Amino acid sequence: MPLLELSNLRTSFHTRHGIVRAVNDVSFTLEKGETLGIVGESGSGKSVTCYSLMGLIPQPPGRIEGGRVVFDGVDLLCCKPEQLRRIRGKRIAMIFQDPMTSLNPYIRIEDQLIEPLLIHERIEYTEAVKRGIAALEEVGLPDAAKRIRSYPHEFSGGMRQRVMIAMALITKPDLLIADEPTTAVDVTVQAQILELIKRAQRQLGMAVMLVSHDLGVVSGFCDRVQVMYAGRIVESAKTDSLFHQPQHPYNRALQNSIPALQPKGTALYTIPGMPPDLSRPLPGCAFAPRCEFAADKCSTGEIVLKEVAPDHRSACLRVQQAEIKV
Amino acid sequence: MSDAFLQLQNVKTHFPVERGIIFRRHIGEVKAVDGVSLSLLQGEILGLVGESGCGKSTLGRTILQLVPPTEGAVILAGKNLAQLKGRALRESRADFQMIFQDPYASLNPRMTVFDTLVEAIRAHKTVPSSELANRVSELMKKVGLSPRFLQKYPHEFSGGQRQRIAIARALAVEPKLIIADEPVSALDVSIQAQIINLLAQLSREMKLTLVFISHDLSVVKHISDRIAVMYVGKIVELGPATDVFEKPLHPYTKALVSAVPIPDPEREKKRLRVILSGDPPSPMNPPGGCAFHPRCACAVAECSRTVPGLDNFNAARQVACIRAKEIN
Repeated sequence: MPLLELSNLRTSFHTRHGIVRAVNDVSFTLEKGETLGIVGESGSGKSVTCYSLMGLIPQPPGRIEGGRVVFDGVDLLCCKPEQLRRIRGKRIAMIFQDPMTSLNPYIRIEDQLIEPLLIHERIEYTEAVKRGIAALEEVGLPDAAKRIRSYPHEFSGGMRQRVMIAMALITKPDLLIADEPTTAVDVTVQAQILELIKRAQRQLGMAVMLVSHDLGVVSGFCDRVQVMYAGRIVESAKTDSLFHQPQHPYNRALQNSIPALQPKGTALYTIPGMPPDLSRPLPGCAFAPRCEFAADKCSTGEIVLKEVAPDHRSACLRVQQAEIKV
Repeated sequence: MSDAFLQLQNVKTHFPVERGIIFRRHIGEVKAVDGVSLSLLQGEILGLVGESGCGKSTLGRTILQLVPPTEGAVILAGKNLAQLKGRALRESRADFQMIFQDPYASLNPRMTVFDTLVEAIRAHKTVPSSELANRVSELMKKVGLSPRFLQKYPHEFSGGQRQRIAIARALAVEPKLIIADEPVSALDVSIQAQIINLLAQLSREMKLTLVFISHDLSVVKHISDRIAVMYVGKIVELGPATDVFEKPLHPYTKALVSAVPIPDPEREKKRLRVILSGDPPSPMNPPGGCAFHPRCACAVAECSRTVPGLDNFNAARQVACIRAKEIN
């Protein structure tokens, strides 16, 4: 049995401008100890997917319209609040993008850090502080016994992100959801943070879901990657084959447009047009209006994610029918 | 270097740090830019990279005299901008423009695109009013936008389109030098590619000198002729873009390059990674000698005493490391 199984998750936001279908029929599984990357541009639904499964979607305006999120046998979307409390923050932990805003500026690091221990493990305060200090040392914070008494503003961005990681890992979770954990930090700090998550993963054997817009971050870190576009998963594969044998035009276009993979001085490939407006109905493939391979059926046909090569799934109709090679 | 178009001579920008509410006392200085010398040819694209807080944005602003330099000279086409004041400075501003990072914050939300562009032109009176409309339409076409958008407001555009408008505004006065401070950092990858292509093409066609400030090395490598790497207010390495990226000389550049993730799983797994420990030092109180020595794997005792100058490594490349010859 997989650790986490999402089936047909649909989340939308009911706004004044209509219903925005942020996540539209997303299904995937995550095995124990596996590292899954989710990439996509802003507005593709990658963060909303994570927030939905953690129950962090503000309702209203958000609404989870349907689907199941089964974590270790428990459906997180319709279990009792008490059951959810025992899983969230203990067995599933989350790291957010911006370490500047995800720590409470009024509360000492100490109290924020050990809160999950006090809630989930019911241990003595002094014992919890000891484990808090150990956790900070583990993430490479110098002089942890003293620094634990500081407030968030006394730390740099990289340090704060380390505190966030220490806090997420302190209950030894089975699943860590990292939502753009390195977007707000410099490359050198990014390398430190990714290394830290990788090491913790080896030690604890936890599964990691890494959400990022940066193909580079995902390529070195994940076993499997899925690409999202306009609220749907358009391609899902082992990291190697996703990068070397793309099976969806969007994935290929994305790779062609990053400077790191292109020879210097050449014009970069640009995807024409703009991402679609999710508050309008999108019949067929949402990428069709921008796709160089699009045919008539792309804008009408039903789009499903199908296996097109061993362990490689694509949502492109024409790839599925072997009409094109991307 | 007589044919240099833009020349910086030992430019320093220090910000005073004061404490106390009634009796302000001077307790130190943030040396944001601390002795930078550079020269650029006309039409050259210089990439300026470094971590946040290294002074790259301040250097950009200092060149444009948005922040007055504490010391040193900024010479643009023979004129020392640091000595210009008032009217003379305002007039010379037509020669240099800036593009900012966040196109959501840098455009006035209450002005139509037309007004935004016309304001820039009027400020320098380069076009008679009968030709304004024509000139503005031309600008829009130049940055790949349709002139029918002219009466729209910034909120009606996407991030990429707004950045195009910001570029059009910078081009409105026909500048010779543009400083682009992280122009693509706020944009998605597919949009980023469009803006990079546009800037490269404009610089080629109009012989624009471009200083491209970014923390993203792979973007900078792609667009620049030369790269300057900054660390705590100083340039530590300067050279042709491909060389700096592929064979970095300074230990800091090596760490920086190795930290950039490559979107290719095979290469990514094979390569050696230098992971720096700790954070960059505070520019208020940088370590003595070479500012990088506490984090440097190659540091020797001498490094904490001698401040390395930016010396020639070979004809094209300069590096500020006393052990550069030994370790390379």
